[in-house]
Amino acid sequence: MKNHVWRPLYVVIGIVAAILLFREVYVPGNFGSGEYGFMYSYHNKDNEQVWKDQPLKYQDTGKQKMHEYCGECHGDEVDIRTTDLHGIIPCENCHGPALDHPDDPELLEIDRSRDLCLRCHTLLPYTTSERKRIPGIDPNEHNVGEDCIDCHNPHNPRLEDM
Amino acid sequence: MKRRDFMKNTIVAIAGASVPLSALEFIDPKEVLAANPDIHWAFLINTYSCVGCGFCVKACKTENDIPFEANVSRTWVERYVYTKDDRRYIDSPKAALNGFIDARIDLGEHLGYEDVDPDNVGKAFFVPKLCNHCATPSCTQVCPVGATYKTDDGPVLVDRSWCIGCGYCIMACPFGARFFHPELKVVDKCTFCYHRITKGLETACVNACPFGARKMCNIKDINDPVTQVILNERVGVLKDEFGTKPQAFYIGLASEVR
Repeated sequence: MKNHVWRPLYVVIGIVAAILLFREVYVPGNFGSGEYGFMYSYHNKDNEQVWKDQPLKYQDTGKQKMHEYCGECHGDEVDIRTTDLHGIIPCENCHGPALDHPDDPELLEIDRSRDLCLRCHTLLPYTTSERKRIPGIDPNEHNVGEDCIDCHNPHNPRLEDM
Repeated sequence: MKRRDFMKNTIVAIAGASVPLSALEFIDPKEVLAANPDIHWAFLINTYSCVGCGFCVKACKTENDIPFEANVSRTWVERYVYTKDDRRYIDSPKAALNGFIDARIDLGEHLGYEDVDPDNVGKAFFVPKLCNHCATPSCTQVCPVGATYKTDDGPVLVDRSWCIGCGYCIMACPFGARFFHPELKVVDKCTFCYHRITKGLETACVNACPFGARKMCNIKDINDPVTQVILNERVGVLKDEFGTKPQAFYIGLASEVR
């Protein structure tokens, strides 16, 4: 081949070599792919540990072990709560994430707002959904502006016990 | 050497040479198991149980530090309302962060709300959604820098230190499960609460659901009761036609749910 073909080709080969060299230096050695191969899982292997080390916020875990964390100290209260109608609601949904309670924070910030109750107890006319089993009110007519907990006990919501 | 012997020897030599070294190696089952972990996380959503309280969205945003004010979320709940005169409404105000505390349908920022006559409601239901952690995810294929990947035990994660924020994966996801994190300026998505499930805890959303509409399981463990449901009952996945093999299974899907 003639010289005029080789000279630009040398430049291209040089650029490719430079990019490969840069890639070799810049990409950490712990990059690799797992079971799913290069197409789906080429990544920095150390990053999996980064995600595993994220801090926990909610401590009360799962339906099977519900109230376990809270029950360690608040055992009696938790026992009562689990038998009432609202016993299916995890403590932390209203009392907030436990974080490192009781050390930090010492007191949890409880969400006592009307909007929290309305998540389930807004009257929605959906007879085909599970929502039909939950008593609902029209938030624009039912004691507007007042907090639900002024009258209702969230831990024992039965109307006959009010 | 006779011609016959030469042919015989040649065939033997070729046959011997074509046996790979690996075929003679004794396979230790423990090594194989260690290389292929017996965990693959999957998700089961029962749309019949969901009441649209949105506790899952609130728990997810709290657990994973997603800004409450920003209109992005790793998980969200959609409301489907079908009227008797055959109109369909779908909404998810603020990803249902505060639940559905309004009977009106949220049409969007500039369109306001629409009243639906309670007597006109035919059927209505709620569908929780999240990343499907597909077995062959289109989002990780398109990443130009290798910042998003599928782990060996299933979840699709994003390497925040390596993501350049180009947004290809956001476009590639058929489910709209990815978004741009407004504070970290990288792509963010559901991680199946990788820090929780790897410690044996439930994800934040499963944990927060009072009605058991969300469940997680190891789909390789056939004794897991949730896996049994996926195996034995009639479950569906979203957008099967995209071929990404979603790992979030739904009970009670309708054709409008995509």
